[in-house]
Amino acid sequence: MKEFLMIFRNNALPEAKYSPDEMQAIMKQWENWMGGIAAQNKLANSGSRLGTEGLTIKPGNVIINGPYAEIKEIVGGYIIVRAESLEEAAEIGKGCPILNVGGNVELRTQIPMNG
Amino acid sequence: MQEKELIPHLYRSEFRKITTVLCRSFGIEHISVAEDVVSDTFLLAAETWGLKGVPNNPAAWLYVVAKNKAKDFLKRETLFTQKISAEIILSNSASNETDLDLSAQNIQDSQLQMMFAICHPAIPPEAQIGLSLRILCGFSIDEIAHAFLTNKETINKRLYRAKEKLKHVKVKIELPSDAGIDKRIENVLTTLYLLFNEGYYSSNRNVVLRMDLCLEAMRLTHMLTENESTNKPFVNALLALMCFHASRFEARTNPEGELILYQEQNTSLWNRELITQGEYYLNKAATGNLLSKYHLEAAIGYWHTITDNDTQKWEKILSLYNQLLMVEYSPITALNRTYALSKVYNNKKAIQEAEKLRLDNNHLYHTLLGELYTTIDYTKAIQHLESALKLARSAADKKVIKDKINKLDKVKNT
Repeated sequence: MKEFLMIFRNNALPEAKYSPDEMQAIMKQWENWMGGIAAQNKLANSGSRLGTEGLTIKPGNVIINGPYAEIKEIVGGYIIVRAESLEEAAEIGKGCPILNVGGNVELRTQIPMNG
Repeated sequence: MQEKELIPHLYRSEFRKITTVLCRSFGIEHISVAEDVVSDTFLLAAETWGLKGVPNNPAAWLYVVAKNKAKDFLKRETLFTQKISAEIILSNSASNETDLDLSAQNIQDSQLQMMFAICHPAIPPEAQIGLSLRILCGFSIDEIAHAFLTNKETINKRLYRAKEKLKHVKVKIELPSDAGIDKRIENVLTTLYLLFNEGYYSSNRNVVLRMDLCLEAMRLTHMLTENESTNKPFVNALLALMCFHASRFEARTNPEGELILYQEQNTSLWNRELITQGEYYLNKAATGNLLSKYHLEAAIGYWHTITDNDTQKWEKILSLYNQLLMVEYSPITALNRTYALSKVYNNKKAIQEAEKLRLDNNHLYHTLLGELYTTIDYTKAIQHLESALKLARSAADKKVIKDKINKLDKVKNT
C-alpha cells in the first residue's frame, strides 16, 4: 500500500454561498465519504479543512493578504489515502463531494523528505 | 449465611483486597507469595471454622491470620536478605513494616496501584486480563480458565510468565506521576475494555460468569473515577459505554444462553437504571477538549438505548461511526457503520459500500451482506449466509446464522 495526498480545490468560498442547512448537508456528504474511506481502512490521515484567512510570503519581504490572490482555485483542504496504485486512489477520489459543486480533486504521490 | 456458602462468598469479596495490600507491601517480585499467603489463610479458615465454628467477624479473622502469615514471610525474607546484603535491607522499607494496613482507604489505594502495575505494556493483553481477574478481582484459576474457554494449565503458565516478566522489568507498584498518567491510563483502560468485552461478547454459555466479568470491569473503571488523579473525562466515557452495553445484558440472551440480536430484543428488558447511570457518566465525560474513541463509542451506546427507531437515531449513529472510523479503524466498526447506512438510506446503498470492505474471511461480513440482500436478491442472500456459516466458529454464531437461513427458506416456500 502506498499513500497519496488528496488536495481539494474550489473556485469560490463555499461558506459564503450556502445556508446553514445546506452547509450541514454538505458536511454530512463529506463525513459519509470520508467514513467510507476509513471503513475500507484506506484513510491514512483525515487531514484538515483550511480556513480562508491567510497570507502569502514572496521573496523580498513581500507579503500578500489571503492565500488566493493570484490563483482562481483555492485549496480548501486535504486528506491522505492509502491505496495500491494511483488508479485505485483515483477511484476513491471520484466519490468526493467537492466534484458536485464545481471543485476538483488533485492526487499526488508522496516522497519522503529524507528518503 | 450457611458456612458452605460463606467461604466462597468471602473469597470473592476479600481475596482481592488482602492480596493487593500484600502485593504492595511485598513488592512486585512476590505476587505469588501474596497469593499463596491469602490462599493458605482461606484453607485454614475452611479447616478451623468447620471444627470450631465460624468466628463473629469472619472477615476480621481472615485479616488477622493473613497479617500473621505475612509477618512470618517478611521476617524470613529479612533474614534471607540480611545474609546476602546489608544494603538491600536498608533500602527495603517493606521489610521493616510489620503492621499491614487493611483499612478501606489502603485497600482502595492498593487496588488502584496494582491496576497500573498489572496493566503494563510489558506483558501481553490476555495476560493483563488474566492477572487482573486473579489479583484485582479474586477469580480462581478455574474460573479464569472457564472465562477464556481454556484449561487451568494454560492459565497457570500464562500468569506465571506474566509475573516473571513484571518482576524482570521491575514494575513499581505506584500511581504514575501526573505527567505520565495519561499515557499509562490508556493501557489500563484498554485492558478494562477488553475485560468487559470478554464478558459481553464471549461465546461462553455461562451467563452468570459473563455478567461477572462485565461487572468487575465496571467496578474497576468506577474505582478510577473515584480517585482525583485518574478521574479523567475519557475514563467516565468508558464507564458510560459499559453501562449502556450492560443495560442490554438481560435482553440479549435467551434462557438457553443464546444470543438475541439487537433488533429482536424485548426493549422492556433493557435495564433503565444502568441507562441512567450511563447518562450520568456520559455527562461527566463531556468536559475538556479531547474527543476520545471512548466518547464516540459511549455516544453510540447512548443512541442504541433510544427505543424510538426513527431516522434521527440512525443518522446520529452513522455520523458517530464515521467519526470513530476516522479515529481508529476496526472491521467491526466498518460493518456496524454499513448497517447504520442501510438504516439511514437503503440496503442498496449499504451493499455498494459493504462490497468495498473486502472482509471476505469475516463471518459477520457475510452475515451482514446476507441480511442486506434479503429484500433484494434471495439467491445472493443465501450464498452469503452459507459463507458466514462456514466461517463462523462459535456455536452461538452458527445458531444465529442457521436461524436466518431457515427463516429465508420459509419465506421462499410460502
